[in-house]
Amino acid sequence: MELLLQISASLQQGDDSKVHELTSLALQQGHAPEKILSDGLIAGMDIIGKQFRHHEIFLPDVLMAAKAMNAGLDLLKPLLQESGQIGLGKIVIGTVSGDLHDLGKNLVTIMLKGAGFEVIDLGKDVKPSTFVDTAISENATVIGMSALLTTTMPVMKSVVEILHERGLANSIKTIIGGAPLSDEYAREIGADAYAYDAANAVVKIKELMGV
Amino acid sequence: MDFHQQLLKPGNVLVADGAMGTMLFKAGLKSGECPELLNLEKPEIPADVARQYFKAGSDIIFTNTFGASPAKLADFGLADKAAKINSEAVRLVRKVVGEKAFIAGSCGPSGKMLQPYGEFEPNELFSSFKIQAEALINAGADIICIETMSDIQEALLALKATRSISASFPVMVTLTYDKTARGFYTYMGIDIDSTIKKLENEGVDVIGSNCGNGFENMVEIAKQFKKLTSIPLLIQANAGQPRLTVDELVYDETPDYFAENARKLIDLGVSIIGGCCGTTPAHISAIRQVIDTYQLTGKT
Repeated sequence: MELLLQISASLQQGDDSKVHELTSLALQQGHAPEKILSDGLIAGMDIIGKQFRHHEIFLPDVLMAAKAMNAGLDLLKPLLQESGQIGLGKIVIGTVSGDLHDLGKNLVTIMLKGAGFEVIDLGKDVKPSTFVDTAISENATVIGMSALLTTTMPVMKSVVEILHERGLANSIKTIIGGAPLSDEYAREIGADAYAYDAANAVVKIKELMGV
Repeated sequence: MDFHQQLLKPGNVLVADGAMGTMLFKAGLKSGECPELLNLEKPEIPADVARQYFKAGSDIIFTNTFGASPAKLADFGLADKAAKINSEAVRLVRKVVGEKAFIAGSCGPSGKMLQPYGEFEPNELFSSFKIQAEALINAGADIICIETMSDIQEALLALKATRSISASFPVMVTLTYDKTARGFYTYMGIDIDSTIKKLENEGVDVIGSNCGNGFENMVEIAKQFKKLTSIPLLIQANAGQPRLTVDELVYDETPDYFAENARKLIDLGVSIIGGCCGTTPAHISAIRQVIDTYQLTGKT
């Protein structure tokens, strides 16, 4: 099997030491780092994302694949940074204040990193101003917000409002996700997108960024 | 009569209680607050929930300890209060029900991922569940209910932790399944067949499912369990899938709809029927009436 395909296959099997080994081999053989990322790691993660969405595999498989992804990414990152190609774009993500449920958010973070985005994970219980301030200081173009508790959802609205107040709503886009949320709710609070699961979040953020 | 005897009495169907979380929010719990801390700070609130379900006809009342394992309480910096929170939870229900209902000590997921997916070692979660179960049992709980599990390894650790305290203490274990095109699976990828295989050998007294589904799917889940095991079955459905309005969650399934489906569960041979998220004392009362009729007439 071709080497980059082997990387993709080992990633899908969640074999992090194999991914590390093959990525290192691919570099030695002269494959371009961005090619290894797109045709090896990201290609594998795309398949994982699709299988997850169709319930052919489950969270443990995704977590193992993500670990394998990181094993390869660790080798590529310095090289990609050197050549000024640090992935598709920058996203600030977090579970909104008052909410401590971060499983879904963590999964989205993994999938986004896997898809080649740079992700700044603010963790859980994140205040509206922290989302916005971090996006500005980090030069991120998307804010991703997660909530499980309905009572914490209004925080999302505050973030959108702050962006409008500061005239940033065009340069920083917002996307929301979490069990109680919907497209309707996103429209209602003026968020730019809603994602129904982690794989869908990747698709929607690509649309928002036009990549 | 003890729980085992009640459970195994031919033709007997027991009524569990309904939702705790959604009732606590109605009673003023704020998001971001630790629901289990109410047991110490405002015990009248969980006591009132217990009273309402007891009056509605529950045979089994669950304690307000879903998130009261030390591992979970650590999210609020309350891990060292675990024993007290659990024992107070049992005491406040006992005050309400006396010896007229069984008390099930609720043990929910730790919210932590085990290795290799996450960072937690099995013995950390085992110790956490053991502290919780020990406090519940010592305070006088009649049953331990390990509930809303998605990771079968975590469920097994909680079960073994309880068994390490007592080999014969009644333990119920429920998992939460999602309906997929390929059948019912927990988000950790556990199906009903493997749930049964893993738990059967560990001496679980009651097995089943709660949360995640309205009654239509729960009847389907019950059917699959009944096909594969003779272990007594516990089913607690949500009052439908939550629907979001401007600022609140609405659960649409009515008490009448619950009564209609409770009949189906009785016909399937389910041993304990109750409710989960969004259910109220009215739902429990509706189930009670169906079971009373069944026990008087032998018909649903």
